[in-house]
Amino acid sequence: MAGELTAAWAVAWMRDAAGVLARQREELIELDRAIGDGDHGENMDRGFQAVVAGLDASAASPKEVLSSAGRTLISTVGGAAGPLYGTALMRAGQAAKERIDADNLVAVLSAALEGVQARGKAQVGDKTMVDAWSPAVEAARQANEGGATPLDVLRAAASAAEQGAEATVGMVARKGRASYLGERSVGHQDPGATSTAHILQSAAKAAAA
Amino acid sequence: MSVGLVICSHSAKLAEGVAELAGQMAKAVTIVPAGGTGDGRIGTSVELVSAAVEKLLDEGLDVAVLTDLGSATMTVESVIEALGPDRAAHVRHAEGPLVEGAVAASVAAQIGGDLTAVALAAQAKELFA
Ligand SMILES: [Mg+2]
Repeated sequence: MAGELTAAWAVAWMRDAAGVLARQREELIELDRAIGDGDHGENMDRGFQAVVAGLDASAASPKEVLSSAGRTLISTVGGAAGPLYGTALMRAGQAAKERIDADNLVAVLSAALEGVQARGKAQVGDKTMVDAWSPAVEAARQANEGGATPLDVLRAAASAAEQGAEATVGMVARKGRASYLGERSVGHQDPGATSTAHILQSAAKAAAA
Repeated sequence: MSVGLVICSHSAKLAEGVAELAGQMAKAVTIVPAGGTGDGRIGTSVELVSAAVEKLLDEGLDVAVLTDLGSATMTVESVIEALGPDRAAHVRHAEGPLVEGAVAASVAAQIGGDLTAVALAAQAKELFA
């Protein structure tokens, strides 16, 4: 079927994400400095550069690409983001078929969200990356029910993730070191939700290319 | 089975200091610090923690891993998952206040406590009773 996503998409996704995260490095550092330890920009940049360095352009399946990217993130990122994104990508890889249609794509994104929640134990509204992943999965599901192509499913997910990230500005942090700030965390956008929005935009961009 | 400890902190210095302090009352217990990212930054390293855990397992010890802040928990859980069920059965993430917990856990290991006893001691509950 036209529009199915392959290993080439997964490779393009990881490359685009690495580029975006390198460009957004300072933004993510600033966001994390406001309510955390300021390492998110550097960690994401470092982690995705390592992912790109380890990419196998001849990988046969999206599963290989995503699982290997996940393992790389877990072993190279020394902050919470490594285990979180690493688990997300490994679970996404496990759920991915050889060719990802819109139904499978919803399963892949759901698996990523479940991975993040299994690892980080955060709920919606805790001001974490779950607040970007969760609306993204819901939007993907709705788009798929409306008969969207994989590309349009990803566009819907990316746009919902961005809105979800913006909505974290008004939230009180209940997870991680930001939670020590309590009410003082309000007014700042969560860095993990922000990087999730960037990464899902990359997924859509890679599918459009 | 005897229990060894791995100290997983975001700071290499903190992990070393905690291991040093906890070792004072537990001379016979192997306590391995695994702090920092391995390349001099603040953070935790799956590779460092994994190497420390594997080393103790290979010595025939059960392993209690103690942590400082939240994302260290995620690192340790990732390490334990990657071990596979057989080896993971000999490893426990022992949650508690790091300094008090490490001292209490190392004493429990010194007097022959098993993994469950050491993990319970690491909660350092008596300090807050
Ligand atoms: Mg941080």
